[in-house]
Amino acid sequence: MKVPLSWLREYVDLPAVTAHEIADKLTAAGLKLEAVASYGHDVKNVVVGEVLSIEELEGFKKPIRHCQVEVGEAAPRQIVCGATNFVAGDRVPVVLPGGVLPGGFEVGARKTYGRMSEGMICSERELGLGDDHSGIMVLPEGTPIGADVVELLGLREDVIELEITPDIGYALSIRGVAREVATAFGAPFRDPADISPPADSGPSYPASIADPGACDRFVLRRIDGFDPHAPSPFWLRARLTRAGMRPVSLAVDVTNYVMLELGQPLHAFDATRLTGEIVVRRARPGETLETLDHVVRTLHPEDILITDGSGAISMAGTMGGLHTEISDASTDIVIEAAHFSASGVARMSRRHNLVSEASKRFERGVDRELPLYASWRAVRLLTELGGGTIQPGVTHAEVPAEPVRISIPSDHPGKVAGMSYDRETVIRRLEQVGCTVESGAVTPADEMAAMLAVTGDDMLTVIPPSWRPDLTDPNDLAEEVIRLEGYENLPSILPAAPAGAGLTEGQRLRRRVGRALAAAGYVEVLAYPFVGERDFDNLQLPADDARRRAVRLANPLSEDEPLMRTTLLPGLLKTLVRNVGRGFGDVALFETGLVYRPSADAPERAPVLGVDRRPTEDELTSIEEALPVQPRRVAVVLAGEFEHSGWWGKGRPATWADAVEAARTVAREAGVEIKVRADRHEPWHPGRCAALYAGDTLVGHAGELHPRVVEAYGLPPRTCAMELELTRLEAVLPGPAQAPAVSAYPVATQDVALIVGADVPVAEVEAALREGAGELLESIRLFDVYTGAQAGEGNKSLAYTLRFRSPERTLTVEETTAARDAAVALAAERTGAQLRGA
Amino acid sequence: MSNYDPVEVTPLHADEMARMRADALDAITAARDLDELKQVRLAHAGDRSPIALANREIGALPPAARAEAGKRVGAARKAVADALAERQAQLEAERDERVLVEETVDVTLPWDRAPRGARHPLTTLQERVADAFVAMGYEVAEGPELEGEWFNFDALNISPDHPARSEHDTFFVESVDSGKVLRTQTSPVQIRALLSRELPVYVISPGKVFRTDELDATHTPVFHQVEGLAIDEGLTMAHLKGTLDRFAEVMFGEGITTRFRPNYFPFTEPSAEMDLKCFVCRGASAVPGTPPCRTCKSEGWIEWGGCGMVNPRVLVACGVDPARYSGFAFGMGIERTLMFRHNAEDMRDMVEGDVRFTLPFGMEV
Repeated sequence: MKVPLSWLREYVDLPAVTAHEIADKLTAAGLKLEAVASYGHDVKNVVVGEVLSIEELEGFKKPIRHCQVEVGEAAPRQIVCGATNFVAGDRVPVVLPGGVLPGGFEVGARKTYGRMSEGMICSERELGLGDDHSGIMVLPEGTPIGADVVELLGLREDVIELEITPDIGYALSIRGVAREVATAFGAPFRDPADISPPADSGPSYPASIADPGACDRFVLRRIDGFDPHAPSPFWLRARLTRAGMRPVSLAVDVTNYVMLELGQPLHAFDATRLTGEIVVRRARPGETLETLDHVVRTLHPEDILITDGSGAISMAGTMGGLHTEISDASTDIVIEAAHFSASGVARMSRRHNLVSEASKRFERGVDRELPLYASWRAVRLLTELGGGTIQPGVTHAEVPAEPVRISIPSDHPGKVAGMSYDRETVIRRLEQVGCTVESGAVTPADEMAAMLAVTGDDMLTVIPPSWRPDLTDPNDLAEEVIRLEGYENLPSILPAAPAGAGLTEGQRLRRRVGRALAAAGYVEVLAYPFVGERDFDNLQLPADDARRRAVRLANPLSEDEPLMRTTLLPGLLKTLVRNVGRGFGDVALFETGLVYRPSADAPERAPVLGVDRRPTEDELTSIEEALPVQPRRVAVVLAGEFEHSGWWGKGRPATWADAVEAARTVAREAGVEIKVRADRHEPWHPGRCAALYAGDTLVGHAGELHPRVVEAYGLPPRTCAMELELTRLEAVLPGPAQAPAVSAYPVATQDVALIVGADVPVAEVEAALREGAGELLESIRLFDVYTGAQAGEGNKSLAYTLRFRSPERTLTVEETTAARDAAVALAAERTGAQLRGA
Repeated sequence: MSNYDPVEVTPLHADEMARMRADALDAITAARDLDELKQVRLAHAGDRSPIALANREIGALPPAARAEAGKRVGAARKAVADALAERQAQLEAERDERVLVEETVDVTLPWDRAPRGARHPLTTLQERVADAFVAMGYEVAEGPELEGEWFNFDALNISPDHPARSEHDTFFVESVDSGKVLRTQTSPVQIRALLSRELPVYVISPGKVFRTDELDATHTPVFHQVEGLAIDEGLTMAHLKGTLDRFAEVMFGEGITTRFRPNYFPFTEPSAEMDLKCFVCRGASAVPGTPPCRTCKSEGWIEWGGCGMVNPRVLVACGVDPARYSGFAFGMGIERTLMFRHNAEDMRDMVEGDVRFTLPFGMEV
């Protein structure tokens, strides 16, 4: 809302304060300053001149005039001008040499088109008064020559632009802002709606309300004999321009002016285009209307319409119809001022994607008492400026409405604030807002009001003013008192919260996982969770892969990525490619975040429940069941060198083993041991893919990516990845670690080399050795894998160090040898392992 | 004393003893390294050294002379032993020094063999905020990111026709009337907390939220908020102010407090916009004629978030009796906080995952 201060001052006797001082007070009252714009403060030496004579200069590409202009000096000025919309005798604004136009544009005397030009004759745009640059501005006859144009036209103006929150529709008007300013400065306020229309009887045009839920007041007034060519006066156009609206024609400008001033949207019909009675009703199935913007709109049965004998003529409070629009031939005008249902207009506006100045106001609440006054103000202004006569009578259809009454104890605002306001203050502040305050309580109007009711001593009953439909609850009244008394005066008291339990195990785990991966060299990213079918194809997911079942957005930002991720990998891989593209070929990234996994049998719709009570458990379950499962995952991707090359020698490329180790790093933080099994699972390399198990629970996969995935995403060769479901890991957290018994007896070490088939998983060999070695085994370490000729065709040799230790004695060679032999025997039985050289 | 020989023994003569002693000390001083010193030790302090041999002769002296001769020999042996020890220490120190010098390396050689990692500052900033409240007794509450409309809007007193609902630029799950949205705020966690927890409730919930904004320097469709909720008996706006003032101090230092301005949120009433006193200029730059402050744009205050007293209608929708319980809620943007706390100027940097942006933030912010 842009508020020219000159307009504001018409209704508030403001002391001498700056625009910023006013804006600060309004911000403190809840009308937040967006910007202050100042106009005309730099303009100087612009005076009224009379064109004495015009000489048309020949020989130029466009018409050029050399004019003698009387500006009230000793001699006329000669000025060259490219406009042709004036004649000798016209009074025009002239900027003299040394003068300054808006924007600091200085004008001097100069030679142009072969003649001297002592200044410039100005257009409206050059004076900073809008867009009109079609010709120079011709002032009314009799404007005094030599007069200062800045003063004459009121070029100096400060405009404060306010951000109006959606609850206070009344502040979308000079009237509403003036009331707040008056309260803030304690200055007298004159209500611009405080005008007295004649007590007319009889309708000016037949009309009725067919749907009382759509409209509760409908007012029409009529003017006949209006001059459709009468121009909007300069002051009107200037005001509208400063307030951010484009002047159009007198009739439109006046309706806009009254809307800005009072907050009441108005609509003007060409009376000669109306047929039969006007009825406010909902649309009928299939009904259409061609609106002002030349769009034929198919109406929805809930749309609120203004109709006449011909059908729909306007979408209530949203946009008028083309057929009944006033034109430059309209002499007979019907002005509509009405009060439509806020939610009805809101829905219609949203349904048709039509936001107008009118719909914005109706959605946010318009004073239901305004139509009679606003329409009178409009027809008065129209006839004053454009002639014609106001026809006697006024159409006034009304659905009676009971005013809201809210009871609160007088100390309620203080109890909400945490400080005390005395009774007089509470009443005074509520009255400043426009409320009527009475002693005593009323019974709540409905069940919700009863639940919200506040009781106590010294009950007050408050009737909010008609322009504050937002005031419905006790806390709404508390806010009015507290904000006018000043939020800055609230005390600051730290409440004592009950002792909390700190972070949950899952929350702690997530932090540890993040730190551990970062410490291991991974950089965290937070990629967008949007993916497309293309990603699933790039990942080589089979057609029936569960990860292809994804939530689809109705309005995605990009048509290429309308789905919610079911795996973290696409975002990570794209981020990796971006880093590589920026010159960082050695990248290791991780992300933790949710994936969205709709279950196949979930209901399509999550019900939208009522809000007048706590939903039942069944109702809540019905929402939960419709939502996708959203487990938390952690994933890493890595490419290039995981240990850098340098003066110390070659680095080490990132491999599948690093990806598996990343999973172990995560699992270690959870205190869970990861068991690895070979797997074939897209997007991994079928020969380099590890399935990760916590006990019997599959928690994720790790390894090198499939070469086709690498190619599809443009990744560096041999890019590796790991993805693991933290939520599953959280489910198997083992609880507090158990302290081991640390033995001080000496360790006994035995090495074994085993020959096994090349396809035997090492994990199985190790598991057999462990189990076979029994309790004396302290640790086992694979220190060599050999696949050369000595191991035999199709075999590999595995060399292990077994460390044995007893908690209670020094082991004998016989004991450890026996344990080793038992280990080898079990490995032989399970995996066919043979002792090398045996 | 069967081999008693009354003849005077030459080596025990005072002059002779002084000579042996001087020879030994000279040799010790002359030893150039530990090996030479070892030879010197053998020659002058070993079993067959002149002083040791002289010592054996003491028994041959007449009893009257023995004491004096013994004293002379003892003094000489001690002097030699002391000199040996001193020279030994000296030479060892010299050797050590030499070896360590030989082992010198260029410690300015670069070493970045192991890759460096880091956590995303948006993650660690959420943790820092959460920790500030956990320290005040709050617990961290969580909820789904893909949320029921009822939780995201209706239960928060944002009715379907409310202008605030269309201002939220919501991502809807297909189809538009599925009743499912990407949550536009962390506020639905308030509802979940009230439905699932015992009163009183003091929770903080950081998390990811979504709005249909195109990515640019100051907008991103996926961003993070942190939401706080306290519901108890007798909570007031003064408590809200006290909580946020304390939080501001924890995050930005002593004396950095907050300022409230009236605002509107459907789920709070009264509602306020919360500004943070500029922690760089401490408000000084707002005075005309003082140096400008880039953090607060010389306004002295930084817009930080929204807050208010939980609308009793929200309590009703969650089955909490507004006659008995009241409370407050507040929320702020994590991206925005990162921007002014760390001079991060472009939101795209937080989104793109360029390691150069993230690495300097390390493990905590």
